[in-house]
Amino acid sequence: MQNKLTHLFEQHHRPILNMYCTAGYPELNSTGEVMKALQAHGADIIELGMPYSDPLADGPVIQFSNSIALQNGMSIAVLLEQLLQINPSMHIPVILMGYLNPILQFGMEKFCREASAAGVTGLIIPDLPMHEFENEYQDMFLQYGLCFIFLISPETSEARIRKIDTLGSGFIYAVSSSATTGQAIDMQQQEAYLARLKSLQLRNPILVGFGIKDHAGFSKISSYVQGAIIGSAYILALRSGGDISTITKEFVNTIREKAELPKTN
Amino acid sequence: MNFSVNEYGYYGNFGGAFIPEMLYPNVKQLQDSYIDIMEDPAFQLEFQQLLKDYVGRPTPLFFAEHLSKQWNTNIYLKREDLCHTGAHKINNTIGQVLLAKRLGKTRIIAETGAGQHGVATATVCALMGLPCVVYMGEKDMARQASNVARMKMLGATVVPVSSGSKTLKDATNEAIRDWINHAADTHYIIGSVVGPHPYPDMVARFQSVISAEIKSQLLERTGNELPTHVIACVGGGSNAAGAFYHFLNDDQVQLIAVEAAGCGIDSGKSAATTQLGTMGILHGSKSLLMQTADGQVTEPHSISAGLDYPGIGPLHAHLFESGRARFLWATDDEAMAAAMHLSKTAGIIPALESAHALHALTQLEWKPSDVVVICLSGRGDKDLDTYMKNLPS
Repeated sequence: MQNKLTHLFEQHHRPILNMYCTAGYPELNSTGEVMKALQAHGADIIELGMPYSDPLADGPVIQFSNSIALQNGMSIAVLLEQLLQINPSMHIPVILMGYLNPILQFGMEKFCREASAAGVTGLIIPDLPMHEFENEYQDMFLQYGLCFIFLISPETSEARIRKIDTLGSGFIYAVSSSATTGQAIDMQQQEAYLARLKSLQLRNPILVGFGIKDHAGFSKISSYVQGAIIGSAYILALRSGGDISTITKEFVNTIREKAELPKTN
Repeated sequence: MNFSVNEYGYYGNFGGAFIPEMLYPNVKQLQDSYIDIMEDPAFQLEFQQLLKDYVGRPTPLFFAEHLSKQWNTNIYLKREDLCHTGAHKINNTIGQVLLAKRLGKTRIIAETGAGQHGVATATVCALMGLPCVVYMGEKDMARQASNVARMKMLGATVVPVSSGSKTLKDATNEAIRDWINHAADTHYIIGSVVGPHPYPDMVARFQSVISAEIKSQLLERTGNELPTHVIACVGGGSNAAGAFYHFLNDDQVQLIAVEAAGCGIDSGKSAATTQLGTMGILHGSKSLLMQTADGQVTEPHSISAGLDYPGIGPLHAHLFESGRARFLWATDDEAMAAAMHLSKTAGIIPALESAHALHALTQLEWKPSDVVVICLSGRGDKDLDTYMKNLPS
């Protein structure tokens, strides 16, 4: 499957920065502004969270942005409408992250069709288990050209990682420690894990997420795998209020800092 | 009809294990080992011994004379309120703690609504010398203050949960997040027949002692081990699962589940999931769920903290869909009246949860030959504040 994500990973000359923001946060209609700012200031992938009342894998910061976004009136239907509007001005890949229940209520096939039409490249559904994916949805995602991005954790066995590598596409989302989003991470433990991931020589690229908040963390991870995903730290930055474009520029510049150098491996 | 789970944890259309990858190793380990551990004779010996000597089982099956006369039938109360800690919840927590020890886990977490499951977990952790953290909604901590004090006295850490509706649903979310953050050393004792497979089946098996005892006690009393009706309240549904378990395949036994209708089914303040819910996924399993058209989980209401939950165990969703069990409901006021009535006529102050089951007596027609067993799942000490507000001065 050739799409914006596969193209990005084939062409990239610097560490990949996947920036997460909850759709409809901080304002219902700020989604497009956030996306444009992230694209303009150096994000490589935009991951939009579809807010849910019960985000089990998320820590307090993203829980907060979820509840604000829901109060603002965000829903899958509203988001897909917004994405349809913004799509012509987006050239970097956009992926959607969300929990299974709201998608099931919207209708999985309708969701795939409309997301694909609105320019979405991939999906992350953390509570969709592999067994259900294979039985129910694999063909549908393929039909609509949507990459399905699986999570792995330091506790995921090699056999299971290999299976995920054959089933998933786009990239593999490696959770940096067995934790909810935004938790502090142990760098030494993490380096051993990163080295193990690198040695697996997977078919899919790997991005590491959960607990990354600064340049040091980003560049450390990028020396082992293709890049990283940052969410909670950015939401916190947005939470302080102010001009979205200015905050985003400052944030992404801080993360990138010296990580702009071409990769040597 | 089949009322057992299949290998993926489904009862008919409901169940499964919808969990993030971070929990997969823990849940998989449980799935692969729970039956073997539970069927191990050494495990059974230890479990049964504790149920007898520590919990006080078997609990009596009490013939409620006044109620029987009132309804011109035969009404028995299964006295789970006489279990140590005051409710059926401890049947499951003892089982799961023993199982956690065999899995090498050194830390226990739990969620609690009314506090009964939290107290039961804190109790067995104190007995076994394991550290215990209980997540409880702030709203529930206020209305079940005596149970909070008990948990603290038993050495547990009670963590207030202030997200969402500040009740059982949110306490469960926080417990799951804790488990994600401490997956290696921690066992999560879910208190009801909810959660990812194997929890619904595992908890039902631990609670099935209730119906096993009802069978042998009825046989002794009446010469027939089968009642005509078994009635139990359902929030998540653990006491109902235990009371129904050994009767599921006895079609002549009518199974009656009573949900909490709060201020009324259509009041917008209710917790009657089968009446108001649709198929959805919450806390790791596919079941019936109270939710908006957008799939956001709605905030339920019941006067009883233990029934204040927007979902229902997948077994019960299957019993509802298949028609094997009949689902009734009681409002806050009806449960209150049933509690007052039992207190005055039988000298038993029931938990508000159990009072919902008692209300079913007023909703059905009874024959003199009927043998009706009501699961009196807990005692009312924890609800005294609520009861006092409703006492005539």
